[in-house]
Amino acid sequence: MEAFQDFLSLSIRAIRNIFRGPHYADDIFRQMDIIGVGSLPIVMLIGLFSGVVMTMQMARALQQYGAEGQVGQIVSIALVRELGPVLTAVLVAGRNASGIASELGSMKVTEQIDAMRALGTDPIQKLVTPRLIATSFVLPLLTIIADFIGLIGGAVIAYALLNISSSQYWTSAWMSLEYNDLAQGLIKPFVFAVVIALVGCFYGMRTSGGTQGVGRATTKAVVVSSVWIFFLTSMITRFFLYYT
Amino acid sequence: MSPDSSRTGELVRFEDVSLRFGGTPALEEVSFAMGPGETRIVLGAAGSGKTTLLKAALGLIKPDSGRIFLFGTEITDLSEQNLFDLRARAGILFQEGGLFDSLTVEENVAYPLLNQRVLREAIHSNGTGHQPPVQTLEKRVRETLHFVELDQTLDKFPSELSGGMRRRVGIARALVTEPALLLYDSPTAGLDPITANTIIALILKERELRNTATILVTHRYLDGHLITNFRYNPSSGTVERAPRSAEGAEGVKTKFFVMKEGRLVFQGSESELQAASDPYVLKFLRHGSS
Repeated sequence: MEAFQDFLSLSIRAIRNIFRGPHYADDIFRQMDIIGVGSLPIVMLIGLFSGVVMTMQMARALQQYGAEGQVGQIVSIALVRELGPVLTAVLVAGRNASGIASELGSMKVTEQIDAMRALGTDPIQKLVTPRLIATSFVLPLLTIIADFIGLIGGAVIAYALLNISSSQYWTSAWMSLEYNDLAQGLIKPFVFAVVIALVGCFYGMRTSGGTQGVGRATTKAVVVSSVWIFFLTSMITRFFLYYT
Repeated sequence: MSPDSSRTGELVRFEDVSLRFGGTPALEEVSFAMGPGETRIVLGAAGSGKTTLLKAALGLIKPDSGRIFLFGTEITDLSEQNLFDLRARAGILFQEGGLFDSLTVEENVAYPLLNQRVLREAIHSNGTGHQPPVQTLEKRVRETLHFVELDQTLDKFPSELSGGMRRRVGIARALVTEPALLLYDSPTAGLDPITANTIIALILKERELRNTATILVTHRYLDGHLITNFRYNPSSGTVERAPRSAEGAEGVKTKFFVMKEGRLVFQGSESELQAASDPYVLKFLRHGSS
């Protein structure tokens, strides 16, 4: 309970700092580079293979009904609504929540965070808020890229293995998407980004116990943010299914 | 955040300060005060609350009960934003160094000048005429690194330095703001005797030239003994034995504290410390002189 209160307190201060100075633009861009550009290759790879695998699996199921022509529709809905946001977020959580927790954890155990406070800098303003802004900005973009690459992978498989023409695949994929799907596909990564950044920073900032403590903080950050991603995706999906 | 008028002559005052981490006492009803130019040597075993005392003095840790005053202002419940301006008047060397490993030595030392609002504004207001602020800043950083005899390390990162050099950079970062109060957390811990004496010589040099009030936390009685009985001679540039007075070389300006399980179990001069009968206190004297 105390940990949750501390997490809420950190989150409120980090979000409040977005609207008041000083702003560390250099740190924000550096984090965008680390989180966004750094995660791009792996996100593209995973996006491609999810599209490929999903197309093959769905095609097999649809063949039973002679409806393999609709594979583009199923792949696009699944990718845009669910798989793209969740897989990208889990990847970024594994790569960046751990990175954030270990970096801040190392700073904590070597008293760099205390030094920052003693030398006139609010560590939440300097360390947490830039990571929050950067992750919230780049994760939706990474998700869009993963979705698109996944659809391309699906198109290649549909054409090469299923003899579905490219125009049929893309028309089916495009026509099946509604604003509701796009909204889900963009709101989810934004919410996940907030969770990944804050959970990573939270466990990093409360690290204790030397290098072992840094290891524990890193593991906790990945596990907790991943669990939250799956919990929140079910909540958001439920919201969209029942209230829109 | 106006200073309490009755406390304005004091730099630090603790009134019955207690703090627990979980169930473990870190500070137990600690009370003391110190004024400008005074020195306090805090001895104690690991986990006795020495570091907590220093951090509480700067408001980095909040006490569970009691009151803490810094430069005459009560900081017990002061917000972090209001504490920044007060902390700008103090310098601290952390036990682990606390150097930012992603910044060069020069950037580390310049950090307080660039990030503490009152200091930043002071540099900008002085940066008129022939000397722009950037040059003022660079000059101060270089002068301070020269003071700790690390002129050649400007572009190095902390990881490229030895343990003793890192401590000296930490001291430079604490001194660059010309603070009224300096806090040293175990400045000689983990260093070989020669390097440890170099660090103590730097502390003596700083005290001699600037007469800054100092709280020095250590587990080595020898550090306190050297600080009490030796002085830096600016003309010869060496450390020499100070002339003795009735209360010891440093007189009433230097006091020893001994901490045990969060409590201040001894406060007094070096001669009173040497005359103490408490076995815990005597342990430090025996180990320090061996």
